Formats: sequence, structure tokens, C-alpha cells
Amino acid sequence: MEIGLITLAIMLGSLLGWLLKQSLNTQPWVAAPVEEAAHQAPFNANSRLVALTTFLAVATSFFALILSAYSLRMELGDWIPLTEPQLLWTNTTVLVLASIAFQWTRNAAMRGDEAKLKPGLIVTGLLTSAFLIGQYIAWQQLFASGEFITSNPSNAFFFLLTGIHGLHILGGMYVWSRATLKVFGGAADVRESIQLCTIYWHFLLLVWLVLFGLLLST
Amino acid sequence: MGYVSIADRDHEVEHHDPQTFITKYVWSQDHKVIALQYGGTAILVGLVALVLSAMMRLQLGFPDTFSFINPENYYQFVTMHGMIMVIYLLTALFLGGFGNYLIPLMVGSRDMVFPFLNMLSYWVYLLSVIILMISFFVPGGATGAGWTLYPPQAIMPGTPGTDWGILLMLLSLVVFIVAFTMGGLNYVTTVLQARCRGMTLMRMPLSVWGIFIATILGLLAFPALLVSGIMMLLDKAVHTSFFMPAISSMGADPGYSGGSPVLFQHLFWFFGHPEVYIVALPAFGIVSDVLSTHARKNIFGYRMMVWAIIAIGGLSFVVWAHHMYVSGMNPYFGFFFATTTLIIAVPTALKVYNWVLTLWEGNIHLRVPMLFAIGFIFTFIHGGLTGLFLGNVTIDLPLSDTYFVVAHFHMVMGVSPVLVVFAAIYHWWPKISGRMFNEKLGKWHFWTTFLGTYSIYLPMHYLGFQGVPRRYFAMGNTDFLPASAQDLNAVITISALFVAVAQILFFANIIWSLRKGPKADPNPWDATTLEWQTPDTPPKHGNWGHDLPECHRWAYDYSVPGYEDDFIPQNVPADTAPAGRDHGVEH
Repeated sequence: MEIGLITLAIMLGSLLGWLLKQSLNTQPWVAAPVEEAAHQAPFNANSRLVALTTFLAVATSFFALILSAYSLRMELGDWIPLTEPQLLWTNTTVLVLASIAFQWTRNAAMRGDEAKLKPGLIVTGLLTSAFLIGQYIAWQQLFASGEFITSNPSNAFFFLLTGIHGLHILGGMYVWSRATLKVFGGAADVRESIQLCTIYWHFLLLVWLVLFGLLLST
Repeated sequence: MGYVSIADRDHEVEHHDPQTFITKYVWSQDHKVIALQYGGTAILVGLVALVLSAMMRLQLGFPDTFSFINPENYYQFVTMHGMIMVIYLLTALFLGGFGNYLIPLMVGSRDMVFPFLNMLSYWVYLLSVIILMISFFVPGGATGAGWTLYPPQAIMPGTPGTDWGILLMLLSLVVFIVAFTMGGLNYVTTVLQARCRGMTLMRMPLSVWGIFIATILGLLAFPALLVSGIMMLLDKAVHTSFFMPAISSMGADPGYSGGSPVLFQHLFWFFGHPEVYIVALPAFGIVSDVLSTHARKNIFGYRMMVWAIIAIGGLSFVVWAHHMYVSGMNPYFGFFFATTTLIIAVPTALKVYNWVLTLWEGNIHLRVPMLFAIGFIFTFIHGGLTGLFLGNVTIDLPLSDTYFVVAHFHMVMGVSPVLVVFAAIYHWWPKISGRMFNEKLGKWHFWTTFLGTYSIYLPMHYLGFQGVPRRYFAMGNTDFLPASAQDLNAVITISALFVAVAQILFFANIIWSLRKGPKADPNPWDATTLEWQTPDTPPKHGNWGHDLPECHRWAYDYSVPGYEDDFIPQNVPADTAPAGRDHGVEH
């Protein structure tokens, strides 16, 4: 459970630090005029970003706990390491490219360079779909060589981890499609949506790199 | 740029127009209606669990008397009673119910930050409850694995409900976690982003603090249940071996090998222990506000109370294995977890001292909510002290799986939070409904419930010391138990039925209040917090009329010297009333 504990300790620690900064050296029992108190208000970040950050903390906890289970289960006697399909390297590259494309789109949106939004979003969508299809093909390759989910615990974890990561990407694709429809519908301000999507994409790339590294090394 | 809260923006006002009946009461996005939907559903499903506990007690008090209770049924009753009470009643009621109702009103917001997500959260929760209820009626019935759902027995033949019951149970939990996450994101974001002008974090009432930290615990801990639930679903449905060891079942080989049941226990309790505090922290917060209001005195040590809530929240993640002393884990782990468990008693005891010190020299009004809040202090100290026994490995080993454990967790996690639930409902009922309840009926409800629960659970401690094992359908021939143990069991059953029936007083009071109750004053308890300062009672959609409130002081300005009233609401400016407790006080 060390992985889960350390991850949680980092997340709770940063929350604790922020809370202490808010609450140390205050004298709540002293009534003060409103202006004075208002300056102690929280960061100005917008609510969607706060909600997304909170959700990423939930997802981090989720993946960290699966990895905890992975490391505990691995130590039991019947673990036979799985040889991952080489295709995963290609998929990883595609996902990295998707993240880069989204970042490029986001930068364009921030500059107000609206001509680049449509191609940027389309390329990102295509690359991300390619990643999902690639993952599916990797599954098929494993099935073809007789590696099923029940063959060994390492297989079970492989399918579980890639499956759950894929589901998170699918969820992201839903939000991506809404942002893309907005852009094609000529909506005025899509900067926020694109910004948040980009953060989510980078997060899922990071998760995938950790998962992939772990799968390769064990 | 100055701080402008979301709810401060003008366009928000226009969103809160009157609507049709359906959008107002069914597909509602108003946090108060959603709170009532959450609360109502939770209490309804809690009544189901109450009936289940009555059935269990009938069997234990009078074995071989009731033909409709057989061993399979009994285990299903035990399992569903525990699961419903912990997750679907207490978690949903404290966070979905009180969290939804109180957060926006107490921090001075018009609504949750994401009202649509909030509505979705309720309906997904309702779906999880429906799935759970369906599991009573599928072939084989609900699961009887115990609320901890330990493998391998949870999914092997021989346990009731291993065909469909366990699948629906796990599915329902997964759906519940989705609902909780949607709600939780809302509560956290609303507390961080939508507080009214002047409402700094350290001016928030402790109810909001408790709900806020409990929500964070839930968001980080429920994933552990989700992970174990998904893995167990795979073990059951496609025969992976995450948790299932090589095992033969009735002469056949079900095809499992090498899995670890203890791994499940680790994941489950990694969720399960924070869950205790997901229920307890909102209760701590609410009880602080109720005590302070009805004792006409500021809460003792407000900052310490906040930090204690935070400390308890953090520590609750490193004590989980004290539920597993008998699982065969490394004894050194047991030592570590006993230490952390005893450390968590420090901030908890701090809170108890502060509650008692709040009462000291207060102007105590023993109204119904106050009675329940003081009752909570008793039951919580009681359950907390037995926790010190069970937290120590050497004392836990002989007491494990006896009725001492049942008595402990029912005092600390059953009776105590439920007393706070009642305190909170009676306290906020005038605001929720706009009508007063019947004081006399409420007092009868308190005394029957409070004394009744003691007569249920005190004898159970004794039974536990005698070695009566929990979870058993019948004792059979057990030489070490005196015959009087059975007599005591019959007494407990009679008390339990009495307490269950006494809850009719509560529902009668609600019905009486809705039909005949006198109209409530907007602020009948002379409380300081913002929810009592709304222009309408009950508050309309949008809560505050045209102008949002401004917060000028903390929530505990009671009996401030030099002010004509014995309370100063949070929205009274500093220059029209004394500037807080320090006024006129020599240091």
C-alpha cells in the first residue's frame, strides 16, 4: 500500500499546507470590515479549474490504489511477467503527439489565433482516437497469442489498467467533442474549455507513462 | 483583481426564476430541494435497514421462534443492514442531505457552483439505491457476505446471494461512488469558490468545515472501494484471481489460483476507516454549532476545532489495518497501527473537551436539538473509550468478533451520528419547513431514543466480555456461556424493538408540524449563522433575494458584552456592533 499512501500523503500534504497558510495568524473572533476580510479570500482561479483539479486528485488516488494492489499482488508466487506488445511503443508516441497537439491548440486559443483552433482540435481528436484503436489492437494481439485476462494475474492487471485508462480517455473525448462542436458552431469563448481539456490530456499522458513504465519493468 | 465570488455575478440572479412543478420539485437544480430528495431517500432506505435490524434481533432474542427467519435470511439481513446504514443512509444523509442544504446557505451562496451536476448526483444516487433494493428480489436474494464483503466467501457458493446478490451489491456501490464524486466535486468547489464577500475560511461555521473535510476524505477514499469493487466484480464475473486463492468448492475446482483475500481487506479498509470519519466529521461540525447556539456561548477553541478536524482527516488514512489485527498480517504492522490509532484519540479528545468547555458557564437552553447534541457527547465518549480498548492489539485479539465490537461501533458510529442527525433535523427544521415542531413530542423522542439505545448497547459490552460471537445465527451448545446470556439477549431485543417503534414519534412530529405546526420565526434560536438571516423562510430558490449577504464576523458571537442582544449575526457590520469577543475585555 506504500504507493497509495505516498501519493495520498503528497496530495493531503499540499492541501494541508494551503489550509494552514489560510488559517495561521488569523483571529477569527475579531470582527473586521468586509474589505479587509475579502483580501483573505481564496485564489482567483475559476471554479471549473478547481473542480477539474479536485477530480484529478480523485483519479490520482484511484490509479495509485490500483498500483498499490499491483505491487502487493505481484509478490505472490504465481506471477508470470507479461511480455507487452511492441505496438504499445507506437501508441505511447501517438498519445504524446496528441498532448503536444492539444497544447499547441491551447496556445493558439490563448493568443486568440482562432484560425488554428479547428485544425488543432481535429488533429488532437484523430491522434487520440488512434491511440484508443492502437490499444484495442494490442489487446487483439494478446488474445491471438493466447494471453487472456484469466491466464495470469499480470494479464488481469494489464487489461484492467489499460481498460480503465482507456475509459478515462473516452470520457475526455466526450468533453473534447463538446468543445469541438462549440468551435464549429462558432461559439465566442472556448478558451476555458480548451485549457481544461489540455490539462486533462496531459494528466492522462502522465498516468499512461507511469503505467507503461511499470508494465515494462515488471 | 479583487475577489468576486461566482455567486456574486449578476446573471446568476436571473437563473433562479420560478419554474414549473416538475423542474421545481422533481428535476430540481435547487440545492435545498436536492438536499431534501437526498435526505428523504436516505431516511427511507434507512427505515428498511431498521426493519432488517429488528428481524435480526427477533432471531437473537427468541431463537427458533420465527419461521420466516432462516440462516440465509439472517446473513442477508446482517449484510444489508450494515451496508445501508453506513453508506446509503449516513454518508448520503450527511453529505448529500446536510451538505447540500447547509453549504450554500452557510457560506452565503445562491446555490452550488454546478447545479446540474448536483441534480445528476442525486438521481445517480437514487439509481444506486434502486439497484440495491432490486437485489432483495433476484434469484438467491441479496448478498449475505457481511458488509465487508470479504472474499473468498463473498463470491463462493454456500454464502447467500452469490448468484446475483453480490453482483448487484458491487454494481450499486460503483454507481454510488459515481454519484458521490459528482456531489463531492460540487461541495469542495462551492466551499472554495462561492463564499460570500467577507466569508474567509476561518469564518466558516464548523458544520461547513466538517462537511468540507469529510468530502475531501470521501473523494480520496472511495476510489479504494471502487478499485476493490471492480476487481471483485472481475473475480466473480470473468474468474480472474485478484483476491481469490486456489480453492475447491463442493468438490469442484472453480478455477481460481494464487489470489490474496488479505489484499482485498487492505483495499477495503483503506476506504473503510476514512469512511468512519466521513460520517463522523460532519457530525462533529454540526454538533459544535448546535451546542454553541443553544448554550449562547462561542464555541470553545474555534481554531483548535478546525485543526482537529483537519488532523483527524489526515490521520484517518493511516489507521486502516487496526480492522485487520486477526487477519494474520505481520505483528509489527499491528504495533504501528495501534500507535497511529491511539494518536488519533488526541485531536478527538480535544474536540470532546472543547464541547464540554463550550457548555461550561453557558446559558444552556435544553431545547430538543440541544438534548440530542448533549446526548451525542455521552454516546460518543462512551464509544470512543471502548475504541481505545479495541485499538490495542493484545486487547483486541480476544475481543475480536465478539459483541463487544458490535457494541463499540454501534455506540460510536451508529447511535452518535444518528443523534446528531436528529439534532440537526430539529435544529434546522424551522428553516427547512417554515414551521415549528412539537417540543413535547421531540423531548419524548429524545429520551426514549437515548435511554433505549443505552439499554441495547450497554449489555452488549458484557456479552462481548463473556465471549458471545457476533454474526452467529444461533449459539448452539456453547458451554462457556451462562444461560443468562440468552435472557440478556431477549432484553436487548425488547429494547431494540422499543427504540425502533419510538421513532414513530419523530415522524409523527414531522407530520404534526407540517399540518398544524405554528409558523416559525425566521431565526427562532437567535442564531448567528447566515442561513438564519435569509429574507424568506423557508428560503426561496436563489436564497438571498436581490443582494447577497456580506460576512463581517465569525459564526460564534454569542453573549458579546456591550450589545443589547445576546447574539450578533455574521452579516452585522463591525461598526454597528461590538467588534467581536475582544470588545471590552481586558487581556
